Amino acid sequence: MSIFDFLKPKKNTASVAKDRLRIIIAQERTASGGPDYLPLLRRELLEVIRKYVNVDVDAVKVDVVKDGEHDVLDISVALPEERQAAAGA
Amino acid sequence: MAEIIVVTSGKGGVGKTTTSASIACGLARHGKKVAVIDFDVGLRNLDLIMGCERRVVYDFVNVIHGEASLRQALIKDKRFDNLFVLAASQTRDKDALAKEGVEKVLKDLADDGFDYIVCDSPAGIEKGAFLAMYFADQAIVVVNPEVSSVRDSDRILGLLASKTRKAENGERVKEFLLLTRYSPQRVEQGEMLSISDVEEVLGLKTIGVIPESGDVLNASNKGEPVILDLESDAGQAYDDAVARLMGEERPMRFTQLEKKGFFSKLFGG
Repeated sequence: MSIFDFLKPKKNTASVAKDRLRIIIAQERTASGGPDYLPLLRRELLEVIRKYVNVDVDAVKVDVVKDGEHDVLDISVALPEERQAAAGA
Repeated sequence: MAEIIVVTSGKGGVGKTTTSASIACGLARHGKKVAVIDFDVGLRNLDLIMGCERRVVYDFVNVIHGEASLRQALIKDKRFDNLFVLAASQTRDKDALAKEGVEKVLKDLADDGFDYIVCDSPAGIEKGAFLAMYFADQAIVVVNPEVSSVRDSDRILGLLASKTRKAENGERVKEFLLLTRYSPQRVEQGEMLSISDVEEVLGLKTIGVIPESGDVLNASNKGEPVILDLESDAGQAYDDAVARLMGEERPMRFTQLEKKGFFSKLFGG
């Protein structure tokens, strides 16, 4: 530490670490609560969808959610914007 | 009633064995009758940290298989009459431990009047780690303020909440966070996750913060758990953690950056 420290760019990697951990741990906690087939189902769905649309790897979300007494398989697919899709195809 | 405490982490190399040895010694120093058990079958190391490696004749697996009595296998500590070590077996057979066998050993220790049984878990989430935590009343989750250690600890918390006897009976294992290799300076500089960062991410209360210290390596070199070195920050921090484990309130120490004088700030150091 010296008087010239202010010249160096401030790096706050701890807050980056905290944000990354929050996201991945939240994701893993939901995954571990659900049935074991969810990750595989998600992967296969992604493969099928990618035959038709050029979507990102994280575009497919598969969750089991509670709706009253029922468990609902909640699948959502974020489609890319028109132009991107056209460019990708 | 014996209190069973598992020292666990998921990730390897974060200080489980160092912590197990120090917690066991600390509890013994408070006059409690303590057994500390190495669950790392095939990779025995607690004996080295406790400094009793040359006195291991029988081990945990020998007791479970009925090749030795518990009394024969328990190694009495040279410093405390009320502290005993049960070494792990060096066998390569991963299935040497079984739930029923472990349960019987723990029950026999409880019947023998032990106040605390400290279970030193192996790294990972396989059988040894599972058995170390299965019968626990309390869990000390050892975490380095570093992403992979924090993430692995969260997996362990998931297992503590589902794959333990307490969980199966609809109860909860009491979980505590113990941070090791903590550097207040790096936290101040924004380079290391802080105590509250880790608490927040994992949803745990901290029972101790052990500062990064060269004394830990010196202690393991000598086979004397670092808690016995009350000159060292790490030893004192473990002593605080043990007191908190026994219900005492103590403020956290060695977690704030010591303010430097004007000259050292100016010229570095």
